[in-house]
Amino acid sequence: MKLYVTDFDGVEHELEAIEGWRVMEIICDYGLPMKADCGGACLCGTCHVYVAPEWVDKLYPKSDDEEDRLLDDVVEVKDNSRLSCQILMSDALDGLRVTMAPGSKKD
Amino acid sequence: MTIEKNEFVTDAIIIGAGPVGLFAVFELGLLDIKAHLIDILDRPGGQCTELYPEKPIYDIPAYPVIGGQELTDNLMKQIEPFKPTFHFSQMAESVTKTEDGKWKVTTDIGTTIIAPVIIIAAGGGSFMPKKPSIPNIESYEGQSVFYAVRKMEQFRDKNLVIAGGGDSALDWTINLQPIAKHVTLIHRRDDFRAAPDSVNKMRELVAEGKMTLKIADLVSINGDAPNMTGLNVKSKEEGESVVACDTLLAFYGLTMKLGPIANFGLNLHENLIPVDTEKFETSEKGIFAIGDINYYPGKLKLILSGFHEAALMAQQAFRYIYPDKKLRFQYTTSSSDLQSKLGVKE
Repeated sequence: MKLYVTDFDGVEHELEAIEGWRVMEIICDYGLPMKADCGGACLCGTCHVYVAPEWVDKLYPKSDDEEDRLLDDVVEVKDNSRLSCQILMSDALDGLRVTMAPGSKKD
Repeated sequence: MTIEKNEFVTDAIIIGAGPVGLFAVFELGLLDIKAHLIDILDRPGGQCTELYPEKPIYDIPAYPVIGGQELTDNLMKQIEPFKPTFHFSQMAESVTKTEDGKWKVTTDIGTTIIAPVIIIAAGGGSFMPKKPSIPNIESYEGQSVFYAVRKMEQFRDKNLVIAGGGDSALDWTINLQPIAKHVTLIHRRDDFRAAPDSVNKMRELVAEGKMTLKIADLVSINGDAPNMTGLNVKSKEEGESVVACDTLLAFYGLTMKLGPIANFGLNLHENLIPVDTEKFETSEKGIFAIGDINYYPGKLKLILSGFHEAALMAQQAFRYIYPDKKLRFQYTTSSSDLQSKLGVKE
């Protein structure tokens, strides 16, 4: 199962994804510099990613929590913005492509 | 006129009042070491209360489940016998050595504390305001752009824009509306995460024509930095427009940054502080780092690891603070000495 992540320098990484893991967890586990302050509780907005257009409709819709957090606390929100801690990897998402968004970069 | 005392001398300075900093008070206290704590937040608990007060934690020993706020409340109760001194709403800004070999910590509001040991329990760093992504905003900060209210008077007669949709934005809208010349609340959507009471109050003020609510995104600042004359905003319905104002207060939540700790003169490893695993001491003698901020082979960022680190750190801190005393290992279950310190001796 693959996950493709474009980092802050525009470089794409092919990550081995794990069923049931959060995209945020896979990105952090791989060592990419994502902040993810709250560790996946959908509370901080610092795991913000842009989802590749062809994948947007294949994801579970956002929960109210995620929607709130994105709209209130995240900079440079776009229509394809998601919090990567709220996307669980599954077979259906094999090959998912996301780009790490500004504001989610580790110091 | 009363002058607030802002110079202190103590045994141990703990930077960070999260769970691990709080438990360090306990472990130090059992060894007769008094502590002062510094935290940038206005209350104890760190990430536990700031990020997830109500989210359950499942890996605290003996608690099958506990919330961040409850864990903090329990720790505060547990350390109460040791009467720690808290310095909230300030950030430890610099560390220097005194002539007699002690450490001196100075905060961003000028508090100084001197002690033989410092314990850095700063987690992911200082909670600092998230800044809106507006070009050149830094050059307006301090003069016309703010992320917190330290003195309300500062905003008297200002033509003020408050940005955000949470409790801070709503509370300050309501509190500053009577003293500001005019308040405009700008939020991305007409839906607020704040307490319903505050939202209702704000809507009443809007209905009475006492303030303005604008649903839009901030785009850019007009003015001659650092003086602001207005904000360009954009909304899906109305397109671009200008809000005339001289002051912006932005509340987009907090994020953690390492901050001044990077300049304490300690060795760092990817923004973490390397320590040994016997004493959890940094590259400087007498400065310890425990909890999420430290690094050693096998490190796990768990609250329980931080608790363990606090206990071992305290042993070495004792040796610095009481170089002539012998350290005796005792159990709280049986030692009448420890029990009297805890105030539980019959």
